[in-house]
Order: sequence, then C-alpha cells, then structure tokens
Amino acid sequence: MAKHAFFLGCIMPLRYPGIESSTREVMKSLGVELVDMQGASCCPAPGVMRSFDQQYWMAVAARNLAIAEKMGMDIVTICNGCFDTLFEVAHKLNHDPDLRKKINKILKDATGMEYNGTVKVRHFVELLYRDVGLEAIKSKVKGGKSLKAAVHYGCHFLKPSNIKKIDDAERPHIFDDIVEAAGMTSVVYKDKGTCCGAGGGVRARTPDVALKMTADNLKNMTSAGVEVIVDCCPFCHLQYDAGQVQLKEYKIPVLHLSQLLGLAFGLEKEKLGLEVHQVKVAL
Amino acid sequence: MVLAEAKEPNPEFTRKVVEAGGKTVNLCFQCGTCTGSCPSGRQTAFRVRKVVRRAQLGFEEDVLPSDDLWLCTTCYTCYERCPRGVEIVDIIMALRNMAVRKGYIADAHKKVAQLISKTGHLVSLRDEDKALRKKLGLQETPPTVFAHADALEQVKKIAQACGFDKLVETGGK
Repeated sequence: MAKHAFFLGCIMPLRYPGIESSTREVMKSLGVELVDMQGASCCPAPGVMRSFDQQYWMAVAARNLAIAEKMGMDIVTICNGCFDTLFEVAHKLNHDPDLRKKINKILKDATGMEYNGTVKVRHFVELLYRDVGLEAIKSKVKGGKSLKAAVHYGCHFLKPSNIKKIDDAERPHIFDDIVEAAGMTSVVYKDKGTCCGAGGGVRARTPDVALKMTADNLKNMTSAGVEVIVDCCPFCHLQYDAGQVQLKEYKIPVLHLSQLLGLAFGLEKEKLGLEVHQVKVAL
Repeated sequence: MVLAEAKEPNPEFTRKVVEAGGKTVNLCFQCGTCTGSCPSGRQTAFRVRKVVRRAQLGFEEDVLPSDDLWLCTTCYTCYERCPRGVEIVDIIMALRNMAVRKGYIADAHKKVAQLISKTGHLVSLRDEDKALRKKLGLQETPPTVFAHADALEQVKKIAQACGFDKLVETGGK
C-alpha cells in the first residue's frame, strides 16, 4: 500500500500519545506505511482558529499541505479537526485559483514553499474502510471481549458532506462496520451522531455549555447499555474522557478506534497508553 | 401609536458578510430547520436562525458583540439539513472573523490563539508528555515544529504576514 504522510496535530501527540502509538502499530500491521511530516504544525483547528482569521487558518494549513506535497504523499490523520481543516483548505485552494494565488503568495514569502493542489487528505477511518477493507481488519483480530459500543463519528469526519462525500451524514455506517469487524457490537442510541459539545471554540469559551451537550449524549448512551465509547477524534475523546470525570455520574471507558483495534489485534497493552485516560479503562 | 421602532436594514453590512465568506446568507427564508437541529440551542438561548436573520438584515450591532455567535460548535447539522443550501457554518465563521477584528474575542480564546502564534501548536509540550511518549516508544519531542526551530519561524512569519499575531495580541485593531 502507498506510503502516507502522517499528520499528528496537537491533542493526540501531547495529551493522548497512546492514540499515536496505537495508530502507528495498527497501521503497520495492516500494511499502511506512515511517514512523519517533519516540521508540521497545528492544522490549525477548524473551530477556534478558523473563527479568528480565515486567511491565517488557510495559510498555515497550506503550509502543512505543502510539506506533504514535497514528500510526494497523501496525508492521513486520525483527528476530525485536522481532517476538516486540511481537507477543506485543500478543497478551497483546488477550486479557487485566485484564492490559491493569494494564499501561495503569503506561503512563499514566509516559507519558500507553494501548494500546487496535488495532495489528497484522508481520514484514517475512511482509509481503513476503502483501502484496507473489512476482511483485512477481521483477519488481524485475535478475539477478546465483545462489548456494546457507542460509535461516535463526531462532526467533521463526514460533514460538510457536499465536499467530503464519504458516507451518509445522517445515517453513516462505515465506522460502525469497522468497530463490528473488530468484534464489538455497535448499538443504536438516541441522537447518535450528535456533537460531543467541544467544537467551535465552545469548550474553551463556555465549558459548561459543552459539558451539557456531552451529558445528553452520555445519558443516551447509558440508556442503551453501552459498555465502551469509540471515537475517531482526539478532541471528542478528550471531551468524553474528561467530561465524565467532571460530571461524576458516568464511568464509560473511552477508546479511540486505533486503541480499540490495538486491543482487538492483541497488541501489548503498554503500547496503547490507556493509563492516561481519566476514566479508567479495564477491558 | 408606535408599537415598536423598526430598525432600518443595512445592506452594506450584509454585503461585507457575503464578501467575508457568507455568500449564501441571502438564500435563507427563515424556516428554522437550523434552530431545530442545533445541539447547542437545546442547552442555551442560542438561535442560529436569528443569527442568520440579523446578518441578512445587516444588524451589525446585534450580531457582532453577541455571545450567541460563539455558542455554535460548528457541528454542521444545520448546514446539512438546510432546505435552501445556506452554508450556515461559513456565515458564522465570516461573522466571527468580523467580530474578532472589532475586538470581540474572549480571553479564553485569546489565550488559545496566542499559544499557536508562539508555539505553532494549540497544546503545550510538558515534561510529563515527553516522559510518557518515551515510555510508549515514541520520539520524546514530536517531529513537528516542536523539534524544528526553523519550521516554527515559518509559522510565525505567516502569522506576521496575516497580521494574526497583532490581532490576537490586542484583540482587535
């Protein structure tokens, strides 16, 4: 399989590095070679940073895209926020020549690089589904407990769907299919697909409002008898993990898909970095 | 008897919203599908339909200083469901950019923005992070701008070129 430029972002490498080590191990075992993007930065985040200044947001994203372009590789990320920024900025620059010229002027003056529109931005869930395939995933599963899982897609993996064109934004299935391929049962719960509450700068500015949204989701997951929450975004992951400790009444372990696959593939538990999770994971 | 004083629409402001990226703002016919779909509006008095209406009518003083503008999580549910194809998140983003330029930025957000301006990341690298990374068999310092001073300089230059460093230092012009 083609080599991919691995975009790290901020929350994964710095607050949940176990997601990073799991991703590296899982992708390796599935034959996906990840190459580090030396000198990459924050994507920058589509909620907060785009809210402040869209030109800066696009120029910094274009620099990250240009790094991958120089490597001659498509980008893969395990974070919905990074995916949204990089995908959306690449889309804007590819479809608007005037905008690309303007952003490239800033980029060239600051870095000497330009972005020429040749990089595809991939979310690893979509890459696993389309390029690796469910059968290959199943073939690696060593068994283990089958749990009732609340699959949380988050917002920016599939939406805006008019440009991302990955799966139905209202009734998606690809992430559930992967979780089931790993031996879990993906359960239906009320308002599945609703935002975790953290995005758009809401967690930073009004954490109480963010937490109320999280609490609604947790209540619905609990009613459905969920035993584990599986996410595909370190920011949703943080919101559910830290949020439950703040709310006190919930103790549902939270796993990023990379960690779930790591467990299912029988990787050493020490490689999954579960001890930093605020809600204890004993699976 | 005057029951209420009607405000005059200000098409000039609406035009600015369109130019700043909210190009579909005039398509809205106020059905309220957005508000009905909004997870943040379930918890608060935030009504996304009203934000769009105020932008449409050019009620700048009602919309830019408003806290409501910052209650959107950018979840895109309204954007997906809008029967008129109004790109609501893009409108919110255009309005937020305009608000920040007027100096309306919360301290918590200013802190986040200053962090990326200085370090190229939104999250800090602490000694405990390095220790855990090492334990997991990862490079202690991630191979990002944290490990490459020249790369960080590039990101800082972009901030200068866009006036972003000044914008978030002072919180407006």
